[in-house]
Parts: sequence; C-alpha cells; structure tokens
Amino acid sequence: MLELIMKPWPWYVSGPLIGLTVPLLLLLGNKMLGISSSLRHTCAAVLPANIPFLQYNWKEEAWNLFFAFGMIIGGFIGGVLLNNGEPVNISPETVRDIEALGIHSFNGLIPSDVYSWSALFTLQGFVVIVLGAFMIGFGSRYAGGCTSGHAIMGLSSLQFASLITVIFFFIGGLLMTWVIAPWIYSFL
Amino acid sequence: MKNIKFIVIGAVFGLVLTKTEAVSWFRIQEMFRFQSFHMYGIIGSAIVVGMISIFIIRKLDAKAINGEEIIIPDKKLNKGSIIGGTIFGMGWALAGACPGPLYALLGAGYPVILVSILSALAGTWVYSRYRLKLPH
Repeated sequence: MLELIMKPWPWYVSGPLIGLTVPLLLLLGNKMLGISSSLRHTCAAVLPANIPFLQYNWKEEAWNLFFAFGMIIGGFIGGVLLNNGEPVNISPETVRDIEALGIHSFNGLIPSDVYSWSALFTLQGFVVIVLGAFMIGFGSRYAGGCTSGHAIMGLSSLQFASLITVIFFFIGGLLMTWVIAPWIYSFL
Repeated sequence: MKNIKFIVIGAVFGLVLTKTEAVSWFRIQEMFRFQSFHMYGIIGSAIVVGMISIFIIRKLDAKAINGEEIIIPDKKLNKGSIIGGTIFGMGWALAGACPGPLYALLGAGYPVILVSILSALAGTWVYSRYRLKLPH
C-alpha cells in the first residue's frame, strides 16, 4: 500500500480528488476555491500602502491564507515524506525538447539548472524564478484568478468569463512555450 | 479554531498536486507541448467532478455546514480576462508553475521557491498599485 502511495498518482485518481475540493470548501465553509487571492490578502496585510485595491478587511478572508499554509504542509508530505526519489516520468519527446533548451537536470520536481540559489544569480534563473513568478502574480490578479479559481472553480460553475480567461491562459502559455521561451533561452 | 479545516483541506490539496506531479515544471512543459495526456486528464476530470458536485448542491439546494446559503457569484468578463489571462499564461509556462504549486513546492523542499512567491507577491502588488491605469 505504502509503495503504491509513494509512486506518482495517476490523473484519474488526482483529478477527481482535486475536483472534490470544490464541494468540500462550499459545504464546509461556504468558500470558493481560489489560490491567487492569498497573494492579494498578503499584500493587503503587509504592504497596503494606501492602494484602494488593497484597502479591505483581509482578516475576513484569512481562511484563504490558512488554505495556502496547508498547501505548504501538503507539499512537504508529498514531496519529502512520500518522495520515491525518481525523476518525473515525462515523455521522451519532452526530455528531448527540454534538453534542446539547454536544461540537463532531470532530478526532482523542478530542474536545478534554473531553480537553485546559484542559478538565481544567472540570467536564466532570474528570468524563470523572478520574471515568471512576477507575471503569475500580476496576471492572475489582472485576470481575476488563476488555474484554481478560473479553470477549476470557474469552469465547474459554468462561468463564461472563466472559459474566456482559461482560453487566454492557454494562448499565453503556448506563446511562451513555442515562441518566446525558445528565443529567450537562445540568449542564455 | 475554525480555520483548522482549511489547513487540512489545503494540505490534502497540496499533497495531491505534489504526488500527481502537477507542481512539476517538467509536467507543465509537457502539457504546453501536447506530449502527454496527464495534465489534461487532471484538469479535465477535476472540472467534471466539480461540475457534477455543484449541480448536485444546486439541485438539492444544499446549505453550508454553518447554515448559510451557498451562492456562487458570477465572475465578470472584461479586458483583464484577455490581457491578464495572457500574461498569467506566459508566466505559467515560463515559471512552470501557478500559485498553488508555488506553495506546495516550497514545502516539498525547494527553498528557492520563496523567491518566486515573493516575486508573485510583487506582481500582485504592482497590479494593485497601477490597476486604475490599466484597461479593464
């Protein structure tokens, strides 16, 4: 049993479990799944700076910060305690494409070539770690949500705005993967 | 402590995302290259289960555990859905993660992700600061 849990979980196990957080949060707390809001609440709590968009009672939304804290614990259980030490089982085509970008570390969940303290001070690490995350924070708030709030919660509740937003998430992702990232990596 | 349940649900959510490798930069690269069904299976089946659940909640007129009526507000479509959505998508592909996975990765033993989280906070703050000047 433990051996089975230590292995990567297939999509047909994880996907439905992820979907169940939607009714669980609604029934147990009357809350809507959405993770990027935690970034806004943290800004409102730490550095509101008289910005109107950050002037609200973030404490009323504190559940979202507890949820985010729980995710860190979940990551520890899954990524440290239940880690089987094997590299992520991506397709051979993806391995080939990633190597073509100049990335050769395939151990762990993220490549140490770009995600490490030493890489942070290289142009490549800076672009991925700092610029990529900045766009995530900026874009998710501009779009009114991220993958959880729009793709899972929004599409589950049949929201047209979420459908359009998710389509543009993918347009942005494809543009980056196929056009911009190869160009960026060619300089690094 | 009424917030303990949210820590527990968050922990299960983070555990599932981590064990199914949805937090992996490699899986996001694979997804945007259409080289595996894995991520599409996760997102697709999560949406189907969420959709059926909400349908049942609405059909039964189920209340939350505290007796409150469950109301799901409409999300508004505006230019942010298009511009912000595209920027988010580019960040998702470049960083190989979205906000949830950033938290999970921090716990999974990648302390450098703390820099990513601080940068995502900076992005949210800058959006908030210049919100009124941006097209919506």
